[in-house]
Amino acid sequence: MEIEKFSYDNGIVRNFAYATMLWGIVGFLVGIIVAAQLAFPEFFNDYLGFKILTFGRLRPLHTNAVIFAFVGNALFMGVYYSLQRLLKARMFSDFLSKFNFWGWQFIILCAALTLPLGYTTGKEYAELEWWIDILIALVWVAFGVNMIGTMIKRRVSHLYVAIWFYIATFVTVAMLHIFNSFELPVSFLKSYSWYSGVQDALVQWWYGHNAVAFFLTTPFLGLMYYFVPKAANRPVYSYRLSIIHFWALIFLYIWAGPHHLLYTALPDWAQSLGVVFSVMLIAPSWGGMLNGLLTLRGAWDRVRDDATLKFMVVALTAYGMSTFEGPMLSLKNVNMLAHYTDWIVAHVHVGGLGWNGFMTFGMLYYLIPKLFRTEIKYKGMVNFHFWIGTLGIVLYAVPMYVAGWMQGLMWRQFTAEGTLEYPNFLETVTSLHPYYVLRVLGGLLFLIGAIAMVWNLIATIRQGSFLKDEAVEAAPLAKHKSKRGEYWHKVIERRPMQMVIVSLIVVAIGGIIQIIPTIFVKSNIKPVVDENGKNVIQPYTPLELIGRDIYISEGCYNCHSQMIRPLRFETERYGEYSKAGEYIYDHPFQWGSKRTGPDLAREGGQRSNAWHYQHMLIPKKVSAGSLMPAYPWMAEDDIDIKHLEGKISAMRTLGVPYPDGYEKQALNDLKNQAKEIARDILTDLKTSGFTEKDVEEMHMKEVIAITAYLQRLGRDIKAVSKKETASNE
Amino acid sequence: MLKFIKHHLTTIENIEIYPIISLLLFTTIFVIAAIYAARMKKSKVNELSNTPLED
Repeated sequence: MEIEKFSYDNGIVRNFAYATMLWGIVGFLVGIIVAAQLAFPEFFNDYLGFKILTFGRLRPLHTNAVIFAFVGNALFMGVYYSLQRLLKARMFSDFLSKFNFWGWQFIILCAALTLPLGYTTGKEYAELEWWIDILIALVWVAFGVNMIGTMIKRRVSHLYVAIWFYIATFVTVAMLHIFNSFELPVSFLKSYSWYSGVQDALVQWWYGHNAVAFFLTTPFLGLMYYFVPKAANRPVYSYRLSIIHFWALIFLYIWAGPHHLLYTALPDWAQSLGVVFSVMLIAPSWGGMLNGLLTLRGAWDRVRDDATLKFMVVALTAYGMSTFEGPMLSLKNVNMLAHYTDWIVAHVHVGGLGWNGFMTFGMLYYLIPKLFRTEIKYKGMVNFHFWIGTLGIVLYAVPMYVAGWMQGLMWRQFTAEGTLEYPNFLETVTSLHPYYVLRVLGGLLFLIGAIAMVWNLIATIRQGSFLKDEAVEAAPLAKHKSKRGEYWHKVIERRPMQMVIVSLIVVAIGGIIQIIPTIFVKSNIKPVVDENGKNVIQPYTPLELIGRDIYISEGCYNCHSQMIRPLRFETERYGEYSKAGEYIYDHPFQWGSKRTGPDLAREGGQRSNAWHYQHMLIPKKVSAGSLMPAYPWMAEDDIDIKHLEGKISAMRTLGVPYPDGYEKQALNDLKNQAKEIARDILTDLKTSGFTEKDVEEMHMKEVIAITAYLQRLGRDIKAVSKKETASNE
Repeated sequence: MLKFIKHHLTTIENIEIYPIISLLLFTTIFVIAAIYAARMKKSKVNELSNTPLED
């Protein structure tokens, strides 16, 4: 058979490697800034109190930067390198490779601009606005087409297990991203989630959890199956195990999402399903980890000297730890303590810093010398990076575990008399201060290590010579004749398209059975009704709706939940537990996942308008020791009413029962309600008296709208329970 | 609290079928994958697991 000459495209791998290094540093740096904001809130308020630098805006920037920019570029880097070699073929289309690269960087740039400016959908890890979502879908599909095209023109008969993981990554992320991003645009920079309340929460966490599974885990497992054998120069421990690992993992992962919503208003059957599948997940996860670690049997001596192996061993260990912890956290009794606390933050950082971070560092130390045909310049510096990075992870994780346990236990502590031991939420936050400081230090060490790596790799690049197109020779793929009785799996291993379809079916089943009933079975969400059976939950007034948009835009959900679990220590602190029917008009839902501040589901009517006014402008004035950023500009900035009509009609399209033609009346209603609140605030604050001119000046400011929204939270349900108590007496 | 949980369990008809369907599906896929992996020829396994080392 004639041997074909072709070349591997190393240029695209190099580009993604550069982007990985750049965005890694940026992502870690923003992480340290947000960590420092919680450790030194006064400093940030006094010296860096800018709108675009508040925690609520920067935290999504951090998560998006590390997940989609750092890890995203790293996964493209690894896939573009290994795929060509595993298939003995150049990428299908150089244009698509470039489109993938530049498109992805453009998306990152858009994210870096829109998030600090407060343009967000308000859904965690899916914050980017509608047109960026469309761009993401386009670039992702280009990546998939390029990958599948390469598989079609390959020169080997079977697809190695790493490639299955890449396929599963592509199809599942496409499915999750598209379904979670259904939103109705109001303007270029504003849209509302198609789903509301409980449904939005389920779809969001189905997405959020599986973003962890199929963006942070499966591609990296595929890369592990390539780079660990490669660096150890020996085949994977058990190929048979890898087959079982793959199918069990992708099938189980897709069902586990509801463990993010335990004890919430999500239907119980969905919660239980999530728990069972999460617990089962430990088996394939550990199967994969052991398969990776055991590949090194008999080669452990090499781990000492080989930079790549060293990082990958720690990465696999971190993977093992966080995939053991994950199932434990999804048990309801453990979750009861951990949910909303820093324990979850510790958990994700063991995975993020350890598994994704160290896998990526390992790949970079492997690829850069290969691409530039040289050796790592400073070997000692690799060791330095390894140790300071490992220490950084420990110093990050341990204080966060302690902080999580401490706060969780303080929340649930009752006195002998049966009242809350720590009724003041703030007390449970201020006691975490030393741990927040240590966390900053841990992050700093991790960043220093990463900077050392970049320095080292730049030096390595400068001493080497880059090989853009690596010439190779291989025999073309012989036409395969199907034999009778051949195993179906062997057949799909040969045929990438079938593999794509089977993977899609496997992951779609989870979504269909879990999500469709919650969306379409009406009885799943019981309306909150009064004694006459009438739904008591009313749509937001125009002013509250605008206030809600400010709440979303400022990223308040990053620190405040709006979901009271049916647990005594929660109802004691916040009031009646949250019901599914309360959220029917919430596009998007704002349940939150972390309580750095208290829950707000029953905030309405608890405090005066004047309290909220002062609290928004200078939190510590009414709440000493508060970590919350000050929002003084809310008293200066006018609310945006340009799209008010569009917002009302968009909400109506989504099923919120505003009467026909209400758009025209909305502004008038908004102004009346705003004046009422302004008057009330002025009455409390200006004891020397005020004029209508003062009211006129104040009423259209952002702080009035957000106060209106906060005062609305939980009001409807409180009205019913008050009536119920009255009739019971 | 119990009332809350019971309510959701009873509002969907035949709710118990959902977890059962999912478990059955998983078991089927797992068993098929396990049987396939167990019956693979040793030579094929070796060939496939050596793929990354051959470039």
